[in-house]
Amino acid sequence: MSEYNMQILICGGTGCKASESEEIRNAFTELLNEYGLEEEVQVVMTGCFGFCEKGPIVKMMPDNTFYVHVTPADTEEIIKEHIVKGRQVERLLYRDPVTKTVIHDSKHMDFYKKQIRIALRNCGFIDPESIDEYIARDGYQALGTCLTERTPEQVIDEIKRSGLRGRGGGGFPTGLKWEITAKVPGDQKYVVCNADEGDPGAFMDRSILEGDPHSVIEAMAINGYCTGATKGLVYIRAEYPLAIARLKIALRQAREYGLLGTDILGSGFDFDIEIRYGAGAFVCGEETALIHSMEGCRGEPTFKPPFPSESGFLGKPTNVNNVETYANIPVIINKGADWFCTIGSEKSKGTKVFALAGKINNVGLIEVPMGTTLREVIYDIGGGIRGGKKFKAVQTGGPSGGLLTTEFLDTPIDYDNLTAAGSMMGSGGMIVMDEDDCMVAIAKFYLGFTVEESCGKCAPCRIGNKRLYEILERITEGKGTMEDIDRLQLLGNVIKDASLCGLGQTSPNPVLSSLKHFRNEYLAHVRDQSCPAGQCKALVKYTVIEDKCTGCTLCFRNCPVGAITGEKREVHFIDQSLCIKCGVCFDKCKFGAILVS
Amino acid sequence: MNKITSLADLKKMKDQVQNRLKMRENSDAVETLVQIKVGMATCGIASGAKDTMNFFVEETSHQAIDAVVTQTGCMGFCYAEPTVEVTLPGKEPVVFGHVDKAKAREIIDRYIIKGELVDGMIPMNFKTIHD
Repeated sequence: MSEYNMQILICGGTGCKASESEEIRNAFTELLNEYGLEEEVQVVMTGCFGFCEKGPIVKMMPDNTFYVHVTPADTEEIIKEHIVKGRQVERLLYRDPVTKTVIHDSKHMDFYKKQIRIALRNCGFIDPESIDEYIARDGYQALGTCLTERTPEQVIDEIKRSGLRGRGGGGFPTGLKWEITAKVPGDQKYVVCNADEGDPGAFMDRSILEGDPHSVIEAMAINGYCTGATKGLVYIRAEYPLAIARLKIALRQAREYGLLGTDILGSGFDFDIEIRYGAGAFVCGEETALIHSMEGCRGEPTFKPPFPSESGFLGKPTNVNNVETYANIPVIINKGADWFCTIGSEKSKGTKVFALAGKINNVGLIEVPMGTTLREVIYDIGGGIRGGKKFKAVQTGGPSGGLLTTEFLDTPIDYDNLTAAGSMMGSGGMIVMDEDDCMVAIAKFYLGFTVEESCGKCAPCRIGNKRLYEILERITEGKGTMEDIDRLQLLGNVIKDASLCGLGQTSPNPVLSSLKHFRNEYLAHVRDQSCPAGQCKALVKYTVIEDKCTGCTLCFRNCPVGAITGEKREVHFIDQSLCIKCGVCFDKCKFGAILVS
Repeated sequence: MNKITSLADLKKMKDQVQNRLKMRENSDAVETLVQIKVGMATCGIASGAKDTMNFFVEETSHQAIDAVVTQTGCMGFCYAEPTVEVTLPGKEPVVFGHVDKAKAREIIDRYIIKGELVDGMIPMNFKTIHD
């Protein structure tokens, strides 16, 4: 029983750990001992608070003070001032970027105001390495209720009525998926958790596993009860070491409490979970490829049907759901489908977790009700575009998704609206771009990722995407032709139609979507040999503005390839045939005499 | 570690561990709870504010009062230390002086639980920039 007067919560997500939150914890523990306060103040390492931009974050309880950008060196001041004297350390408090006023708790920050946390309910609140804290937050109650008071059919019905859809990107109704697996006969069935999060810039699943691993374990057991599976498998990429470590601890604790194993809660139901490691291949997020990888085969997709529900892991009926989907399940059981239905939009219920990244002020992890508009996410929660620049587009759905431009800023975000707008929900990565981003280069970046990650099994994806990439390369180098633009469109559509799995079918999306919304930029690259955003090096030209050049020779002395000539106090000249467009002359010139065009 | 073998067991377990998170849960909705601020500047600590604070923490948790006990700096009434500011939900804050354990018990039993006025209040006649 805790008789602590105060608690210090420190973010222990991967992001904050990388910025020394572990050292901060150690410093606090040491100092508390030194000051003789170890009996009164408890130090807790929690999961991600979401506001990664401001990390490492330290929260003080019970007064709920929110300290940002804390370093190990700040710990002594926090103890001396905040804990001993009860005075907040003002310089570490969050400052509203617009009004510049100090906000001392998270409730009043714009970043948190519009969020509703269901999947992230315990992230940043409990110690993920303590099953007791999870139980204190109604943990395993849902499993207990299901096992002792409800039939599998009743539970499946509840999930169906909640309208929960797969959070991994596909948006398939979760209850229906469970029902199909439950109905297929089989001597052994499997429940799989897809934790192979692969989109560049997405970290929703990792944060849930790091911050609240028990919620996933509990949901998998409920799924096992509903579908008749006794074995669960978590497929997680080996490059998530912290998530794996916390998951292992959670599994051990659940077994010790008898919440995994045989005869769970005296109901006669047996269930246990094993971990399977992935090598971090994007294609293994596709469920058939994921299953093959778990079987020890090459991570390549196979044709559906048969769906995993019929013939999955080792040929047995297998139910695959994503981490975030699972994290919603215990709450739906505890609070009921009717409650869940009150949140969200008409066809997409509940909330969605997004990883905000790119040219946005508040990079971080957020959870908002379905139907929130992009504008609210980007401007209210995200704090707008970095450096006051102009918003250009946002990429949702990662390399499989598409661009949403200013005209979609007021579109409510849900599965159907995003698809109608030419993008997709995806797993929840949101990369924001500003006026300085070249859309052709961005498309090339995403395509480069899929080319790299293509498993090579089918020709449209393996060869088609490579050719598509080469065309983009030509265009960004200023060697593209008008026919190339048409070819992008044609080839892109063929790849979409002819590829076997989701990776191939969606890989041309960034290209097609940027062509649709930013055709002018493609035309500028081809016709005018210029990159409007000034990002494509080959198309940028550095010249000397003769009126401004004082002949100081600074550019001449700094040019790494000797492309600049000129005498002292005379106008200099850049030889375009030698220039490598490194931009050094532009950076060095003190008179603004270098023109970038 | 003992196994949890039934839903009833699990619920019992929850009741046992729930207290651990109470402080964190309360801190999310401070306005709806009893807020007790103990002046813990040098003068307060020297007059025994630490014991007063510990007493409030133990007693509120013992009597299952939803309260948030925090420390604060010098309130200026150094002649009356230890000073304690109590804010009942929806009421104006009230400051009490010379709060030792006996006084603290009186404040909890009479002011916090029953809402009766208690001797030893210090009239507040200043404003802060937040008012």
